[in-house]
Amino acid sequence: MAAGMDTPPSRLIRLLQLGHAKRALQAQAIWQCVSCQTCATRCPKSVDCAGVMDALRQLSAERGVTTPKQQRTVLFQKAFLRNIRRNGRLNELELIAEFKFSTFLHSRSLSFLFKDATLAPQLMKRKKFHLVGEKAHDRAVVGRIFARCMDNSLL
Amino acid sequence: MNLAYYPGCALHGSSNDYEQSLRACLETLDVQLREIDDWICCGATAAHSLNQKLAVALPARNLALAEGKGFREMLAPCPMCSMQLLKARKALAEDEALRRSVSKIVELEVRGDTQVLNLIQLFETIGLDRLKAAVKAPLGSICAACYYGCLLTRPASVVEFDDCEQPRSMEKILEALGGKTVDWNYRTECCGAGMTMANEQTVLDLSHKILSNAAAHGANCLVVACPMCHVNLDMKQVNIERHYGVRHAMPIYYLSDVVGLALGFKPEALGIDRHFVGKA
Repeated sequence: MAAGMDTPPSRLIRLLQLGHAKRALQAQAIWQCVSCQTCATRCPKSVDCAGVMDALRQLSAERGVTTPKQQRTVLFQKAFLRNIRRNGRLNELELIAEFKFSTFLHSRSLSFLFKDATLAPQLMKRKKFHLVGEKAHDRAVVGRIFARCMDNSLL
Repeated sequence: MNLAYYPGCALHGSSNDYEQSLRACLETLDVQLREIDDWICCGATAAHSLNQKLAVALPARNLALAEGKGFREMLAPCPMCSMQLLKARKALAEDEALRRSVSKIVELEVRGDTQVLNLIQLFETIGLDRLKAAVKAPLGSICAACYYGCLLTRPASVVEFDDCEQPRSMEKILEALGGKTVDWNYRTECCGAGMTMANEQTVLDLSHKILSNAAAHGANCLVVACPMCHVNLDMKQVNIERHYGVRHAMPIYYLSDVVGLALGFKPEALGIDRHFVGKA
């Protein structure tokens, strides 16, 4: 995965060691990362690079300095967490609608809004999609867990 | 055998074919799954990307729910879920203050001593000899590329499962069922995981390499044990073919699909007919 990154994990670690946190936080790489854990597994110095990636993502989101080019991924992760906060479990149909809508508001791209629209009927035909998704019964406790862990306004 | 079952959101959503086949297999092998009452999402990549506390608390609540019912072992067939559960379990075991504070956050006392098993480990626990004895239709026509992806074996210090660079556990199961397996290069490369929607191009690029390498080494199917791998390699295969102008037509089976076939189930009974790519 590192091959496609503007700043590979090794360079991100070096930037941080040299005190260039701002540059590290604005790297595309931290949102291109797919969390496959390869860097952390193979690091000859046993640095938990994947854990550092998590920390950088969290800081960049909290400080509102997420890179504009990777907004789609940022919006997706936020929509995912809002969905769980509301339902306790992931409702895929709702997530897609919410993610597509928030991306549209951000980019005004109609082609992305309707991309893969034909997938929904195919998933229905295969009984892989439920119009009414599952929810946890005790959703209130999920809301309280979220409130205790994070500033809800970040989502 | 009686164990707690954490399906996770995917197996109750668009990967319900995975649940169908693993339930069929385990019933035949006399394993009773007890779904955890009112389980919640593990938080997946979104939680560990945006909030570390949440990434521990969400899985911890599920561990506590299982512990409260007296379970010592839990099956989590999605590697994302099992990795998140194991990561939380490890963090709680190493830090008593964290364990106490997380117990308050999730409103349940969590000990963090439940064993979390992935599906390969469950088949290993059942035993290759027992699997072999239960085979009704040996997998003679299958020459599989066993695909582990990222989170089944990584991070090694958390999941402590097989060899993170050269795993063999799935091959051993396939071979016990009479199937053949190939040696290939992309067994532990990532398919793009949960980026299917947010960053499709990455998924198409990575998955194309995986499918091409498997075919080049003579595989006639891929076997996976992860719902995200299945989505990217099966559902997205048509997009990969369109983007690269190639034809892969590579069937993607869940591990429980091939075990189920060997146990004598029809493909429809396992949900294989609900995959996107047709049979070989």
